Amino acid sequence: MSTVAPTVAKTGVERRTFREKMSDLWASIKAHRISYLFVAPFGILFCTFTVIPILVAIGLSFTYFNMVQPPEWVGWENYLRLFLADDVFLIAVKNTLLFAIITGPVSYFLCFLFAWLINELKPKLRAFLTLLFYAPSISANAYLIWTLLFSGDTYGYINATLLYWGIIDRPIQWLVDPTWMMPIVILVTLWMSLGVSFLTFIAGLQGIDNMYYEAAAIDGVRNRWQELWFITLPMMRQYLMFGAIIAITQSFAATQSIQVLTPTPTDWATWTIVQHMQDYATARYEMGYASAMAVFLFVVMVGTQRLVQRLLRKIG
Amino acid sequence: MQLDLSLRHKRLNRSTGGDVVIFTILALGAAFMALPMVYTVSNAFKPLNELFLFPPQFFVRHPTLDNFNDLFVLMAKSWVPISRYFFNSLLIVVLGTAGNVFFGSMCAYALSKHEFPGKVAFNQLIMLSLMFSGVVLMIPHYLLISYLGWMNTYWAIIVPAWAMTLGVYLMRNFIDAMVHDTLLEAARIDGASEFDCYWRIVMPIVKPAWLTLIILAFQQLWGTQGELYLYAEQLKPLPYALNQIVGGGVGRAGAAAAVTVILMIVPITVFVINQSQIVQTMGTSGITGE
Repeated sequence: MSTVAPTVAKTGVERRTFREKMSDLWASIKAHRISYLFVAPFGILFCTFTVIPILVAIGLSFTYFNMVQPPEWVGWENYLRLFLADDVFLIAVKNTLLFAIITGPVSYFLCFLFAWLINELKPKLRAFLTLLFYAPSISANAYLIWTLLFSGDTYGYINATLLYWGIIDRPIQWLVDPTWMMPIVILVTLWMSLGVSFLTFIAGLQGIDNMYYEAAAIDGVRNRWQELWFITLPMMRQYLMFGAIIAITQSFAATQSIQVLTPTPTDWATWTIVQHMQDYATARYEMGYASAMAVFLFVVMVGTQRLVQRLLRKIG
Repeated sequence: MQLDLSLRHKRLNRSTGGDVVIFTILALGAAFMALPMVYTVSNAFKPLNELFLFPPQFFVRHPTLDNFNDLFVLMAKSWVPISRYFFNSLLIVVLGTAGNVFFGSMCAYALSKHEFPGKVAFNQLIMLSLMFSGVVLMIPHYLLISYLGWMNTYWAIIVPAWAMTLGVYLMRNFIDAMVHDTLLEAARIDGASEFDCYWRIVMPIVKPAWLTLIILAFQQLWGTQGELYLYAEQLKPLPYALNQIVGGGVGRAGAAAAVTVILMIVPITVFVINQSQIVQTMGTSGITGE
């Protein structure tokens, strides 16, 4: 307010409109007090537990903070260090992008494909398959099984089978050999990626009233593809957008599976930004530097989201 | 519902070729998804000598409950009774989920169907917050919880769970897509209060949405170990206790396999119960179409 007032004071006209605007706003806020009552409980919680911590983290990204001494202002130093002095970070950026560019679109596509196909089935079979596809993402730490399957010794199920069939003559170090690490991590991530978006797509597809399809049939829609393009996709736009956000956040920030499968990757082959961040935040206690990484990742994700949003507007 | 589907099937001449392709894709996908899960379950019933057999067998040959027995013996030795861990988990999951669904859907209703100053900005803020990594929020969170004096209480886990953003975002999208403004206008003309509109009209229509939200919140809270905020042993949730046992090394491989199965069976059960509800709703929500 205090910075705005002098500039507005130059002309009486602008001042009046500003004042009017303010009183209009206030009147409008009062008129919508019921809406604010609805928003308030969650809004307060959200600000306290999400918005404020995020702002604090952004602030910390400009400081040196070792969690013992009070934060010390260093300006852009953390950001410069990220790109000029931290080779591992650059590898992590490359890996994260590669990982996200593959898992994001593929898991998004799979979520929709399977939801759409399952929706064609009779209710009983549909319920069963939904459970089957959704189970890996919901069942706590079931992905641990992949460390057994891909174990590097001969007890690993996949090594043992390949040896038994004579395809390989000595066990492959799946989770230690850089050529295999990334593909395996991607595979496992895709395996457990039919989660929220998948469920949302299924619920969304079932929410489309049958009469639209009936009307379309009368209007000359003749096959599944036309039905998909002219009715299903446009009706699903809201959910598709939601799914895209999920795909972006999950593909850029996936850590769980990566960390369990390759906790200390050879040649940093599967080291991602989030892992680098965790390393600095929880092992090296450089909270300011870790926060700078979070801010960087955030900017990348928001940029991607804007891009995807523009693409999705063109559908249907 | 079944009748509807079969009608749709006939009317829009679905090709047999297409059906075959669909079944093939689904079968391949299902196999890829299911095999590791089957292996997990199969492992839990293997006696110790089969777990370390070469070559490893996919299916168990002599199924046994030994692993589960071992687990319960180990659990019985801990000084906090297993029922207490279970109670902790139950309390955290139920209260956390209920608050998240209730506050979140209320907020989502206003964000979807009301017009008020700040609405667009708030919607944007919610979406943006989804893209900020939680790792670095750990410190601000920790300071906040200790400032509020919630250290070593259930609230440290429960109240932040009420603020989980994904749910609001999900609910808003569903309300946008499923609830028609005309319906609410009609209700308001008939004298319904805003709370009635929310509770009696919007919530029943978007039942699939909040059932989905329950699954999400449940799943997240069930995995919570709370080691950062709950340091009294008698306040710790079940997954923490179970994972402590698993940490015992190779000798506990059998018990570990049993733990994995126990930890996954609970969310899957909740999901199955939940999903039967979703299918039922879908059958009746047709009347609200337009």
